[in-house]
Amino acid sequence: MSEPTRRSVLKTGVFFACCGISHVRLARAQSSPVEPLPVKEITRGVFAFAGRPEMMAANNEGEICNVSFIIGDEAVAVIDSGGSVAEGRELLAAIRARTNKPIRYLINTHMHPDHIFGNAAFGETGAIVVGHHNLPRALSARGDYYLQSYRDAMGSELMADIKIVPPTKLITGEEQLDIGNRKLTLKAWKPAHTDNDLTIFDEQSGTFFTGDLCFIEHLPTMDGSLLGWIAQLEELKGIKAKFAVPGHGPVPSAWPQALEQEQRYFDALARDIRKAIADGVPMAEAVKTAAESERNDWRLFDEYNVRNATAAFAELEWE
Amino acid sequence: MTINAMRLGSRVVALVILVLVGAAMPFAAGAQSASVPDTKTWDGLKGDVFGQKPIGDADGIITIDAPKRAEDAAIVPIDLHFKTDAATGRIKAVTLIVDENPSPVAAVFQFGKDAGVTHLATRLRVNAYSYVRAIAETEDGKLHMTQTFVKASGGCSAPAMKNQDEALASLGKMKLRVFTAKTPGNEPMTRATEMQLMIRHPNNSGLQMDQLTRYYIPAHFIQGLTVSQGDRLIMSMEGGISISEDPNFRFEFDAKPGEDVKVEAADTEGKKFQDELPLESSSL
Repeated sequence: MSEPTRRSVLKTGVFFACCGISHVRLARAQSSPVEPLPVKEITRGVFAFAGRPEMMAANNEGEICNVSFIIGDEAVAVIDSGGSVAEGRELLAAIRARTNKPIRYLINTHMHPDHIFGNAAFGETGAIVVGHHNLPRALSARGDYYLQSYRDAMGSELMADIKIVPPTKLITGEEQLDIGNRKLTLKAWKPAHTDNDLTIFDEQSGTFFTGDLCFIEHLPTMDGSLLGWIAQLEELKGIKAKFAVPGHGPVPSAWPQALEQEQRYFDALARDIRKAIADGVPMAEAVKTAAESERNDWRLFDEYNVRNATAAFAELEWE
Repeated sequence: MTINAMRLGSRVVALVILVLVGAAMPFAAGAQSASVPDTKTWDGLKGDVFGQKPIGDADGIITIDAPKRAEDAAIVPIDLHFKTDAATGRIKAVTLIVDENPSPVAAVFQFGKDAGVTHLATRLRVNAYSYVRAIAETEDGKLHMTQTFVKASGGCSAPAMKNQDEALASLGKMKLRVFTAKTPGNEPMTRATEMQLMIRHPNNSGLQMDQLTRYYIPAHFIQGLTVSQGDRLIMSMEGGISISEDPNFRFEFDAKPGEDVKVEAADTEGKKFQDELPLESSSL
């Protein structure tokens, strides 16, 4: 049945001739092993890859956020799958280069494509997908849109394999997962970066995986509640971690100093927007200059600041 | 009177139904990301909204301002200005359309005869690269159109609710704000009063598919809104789902001193919301 007919060979040939890049990529996927993601072991059994502070695009395969995995005595837990199935496969290869233990959990820290588009790469590992109790709802509302809207930036080839894979194990409040003498404390936060932020604390090493509750260098993005985010910073700081893996930024980062940069940005943004609202400045005007003092301290400021200011304005108007 | 004014316009209903029926591919129509504006969608759409009626150029009767890029896809500020001198005649109604959205008709506004509305700003969801257009109907029955092109947002911004629990928890809460003086540098003070009306509502599109059940999440949005002063209609709106969550309207009108401004709204689940604001109160 799999014997190639003349017609299928012909078709394949035509297909490859049309899409030179596909040819290369397909050939690589089929005949040579996937290049493992260059993760580093930040402490015993904890591995992380630092994403690039860029927009998701075809040339970076969506590899813009930090992804990690933790190896316990019995099993592996993966924290975020990356921004494409290609990245997810590279992460899987990086895991398999270090251990043959089963992958018990794939934890998604929140809904954003750079953290979840790689989920499908773990489909055959048997990993249980874990997320905040609000994550399925958030993906229901956005999944189709994400698949559509990233086609331009990522290209149809990278997008072809990407599926929205919602979590089946949902976290409310705090819950512990065990991967074999290694307990991970998962905490579901109130709306902040999104309304489905989840953090992971590895007790054994004292590593705190913040998801996008912590941004360093890469401008934070507002997709939940600025007030909620600011209000929960103190509680975040109170987590007794030795160091952190932020959602974006250096791996690892000092804790809780890792929160200082974003806190300063939030304060500037809230201050400027509150003043504009009090002065009766319309939204369209206010967002052009808000948090301008922060411009030189961040990457992707132009890509995200107006958007953040817009969301902040709509939220703070109700104060 | 308000109930009548709130009657959901048949045009909006027709389009909402049209889209719900054809919802198997909710974003397909908006999928093209061509940066070169193309009016194909509008050419197919205008007959559904305005029938055979000719649509002329706005020629300054109505102008529209929107950002070139929808930075936050869920909240795109839109500004409309109306010229209301004797030569052009009064603007009776304005239809606001986002061509490539799943339900293109965002809203139809009707203005009271002596309301003197000269400016209206609101916020829209913009799903894809799209024209946003405003069609004014003057008292002589003629239609005048202006449009602007908005590029879709980049990054992970989506035209969806950011904080769903909050949106539902404070459903129907209203905030009215009066701006007593114009911002410095603008034209001299007139009788016009600038007012902002905010309503807490998810204004949920219903076109989002639940990935688990493959069912569409039911639509829940503000479908009718009336702003009046005494017995006098200032403005009414028949709403669609392209109006952002927490619908927000900022407008200038000829206020009569001493009379309260009354707002009544109704959503698709039959919930009614109302509030009154004495115009004398100082701005917030």
